[in-house]
Amino acid sequence: MGATAAVTDASFADDVLMSDKPVLVDFWAEWCGPCKMIGPILEEIAAAHGDKLTILKLNVDENPATAANYGVTSIPTMNVYQNGEIVKQIIGAKPKAALLADLAEFI
Amino acid sequence: MSDDINDVIIIGSGPAGYTAAIYAARAQLKPIVFEGAVTAGGALMNTTEVENFPGFQDGIMGPALMENMRAQAVKFGANIITDDVTAANLTGDVKTVVDGEGREYKAHSVILATGSSYRELGIENEKRLSGHGVSWCATCDGFFFRDQDIAVVGGGDSAVEEATFLTRFAKSVTMIHRRDELRASKIMAERAHNDPKISFAWNSEVTELHGDAKLSGVTIRDINTGATRELSITGLFVAIGHDPRSELLKGQVDLDPAGYVLTGAGTTATNLSGVFACGDLVDHTYRQAITAAGTGCSAALDAERFLSHLHSK
Repeated sequence: MGATAAVTDASFADDVLMSDKPVLVDFWAEWCGPCKMIGPILEEIAAAHGDKLTILKLNVDENPATAANYGVTSIPTMNVYQNGEIVKQIIGAKPKAALLADLAEFI
Repeated sequence: MSDDINDVIIIGSGPAGYTAAIYAARAQLKPIVFEGAVTAGGALMNTTEVENFPGFQDGIMGPALMENMRAQAVKFGANIITDDVTAANLTGDVKTVVDGEGREYKAHSVILATGSSYRELGIENEKRLSGHGVSWCATCDGFFFRDQDIAVVGGGDSAVEEATFLTRFAKSVTMIHRRDELRASKIMAERAHNDPKISFAWNSEVTELHGDAKLSGVTIRDINTGATRELSITGLFVAIGHDPRSELLKGQVDLDPAGYVLTGAGTTATNLSGVFACGDLVDHTYRQAITAAGTGCSAALDAERFLSHLHSK
């Protein structure tokens, strides 16, 4: 996969909520066109800024519980978690420059 | 690279942009195509089965059709860049466009194929509830509305396609439409009418969106009587049409009052020499994948002719 890794319903608490670093979770699915567009952009951001922000991908098809828990009804949704709380929510695909601007406080 | 003057830059993708790229590449114009950072492939990327594109008798998925067209353009040497154009100067003999990273590209001619974007309802709470029950993409978000009561606003082909698709997941789908009959093609309309999960709110418009963290319902108003009523739904899919994506062109390229690029009769030429336009950006009448592809082809041929005059000078 590269600079990003997958997270599941089972690993969400450990990998996201307990993380010392802020974690961006990308809620995505195979059948979502805009999610596919955002994938390579997130890889690039993870490669460049992985030291400050962990980027994990959550497949909503395979992990419906976490998506439902957080009330995700539109993908891509990108939630940034810090100390177990959502501190930022980005909904919908955006160009890299716009995403970087949204994430400026974390990277 | 950036100091070179290219023959042609194509801004946008979809059937218009990719077809222009195929023709321009085969004419050895080495087109540079800005397919869009997150909109590559255009409107068809958010559709399912396309049943009316000639040559595919069993239908083809919209995204697959776009991937095929893209691959065909690449095969003939198109240089496709997955980025947006953020600024353009199209008035001079040499046109300049700037990508999302601030890099400049120059060309003798430009083909505009930026298509259109979803029209919004323009009512309160729409932005706040977007992604929290209000959606513009049934194929992306339908999954989240399993066994729920939802609605689609609109009555055209896109609206009916969305409503029909959404019945796979939803308990019920109400189509809210301003007229008293669907505007969609007969075959699509019939499909909706025969679907037991789809019901209709005719002569109606959405006036209010309700819900705190997420959508809980809408108020709809009968256009004829003015009577309002509440509809308890958790999802609202908006498919009320599109607006041309021509913001970048304002003040340079002649637009009609609705923002569509104006081209001459029987040509894709705009008011600017060397600038051509095609696809949904110019078309408020047909708006089909095949007509977009057709005008994309015309734009490439027009650009090729323009360039051969230019180079023979």
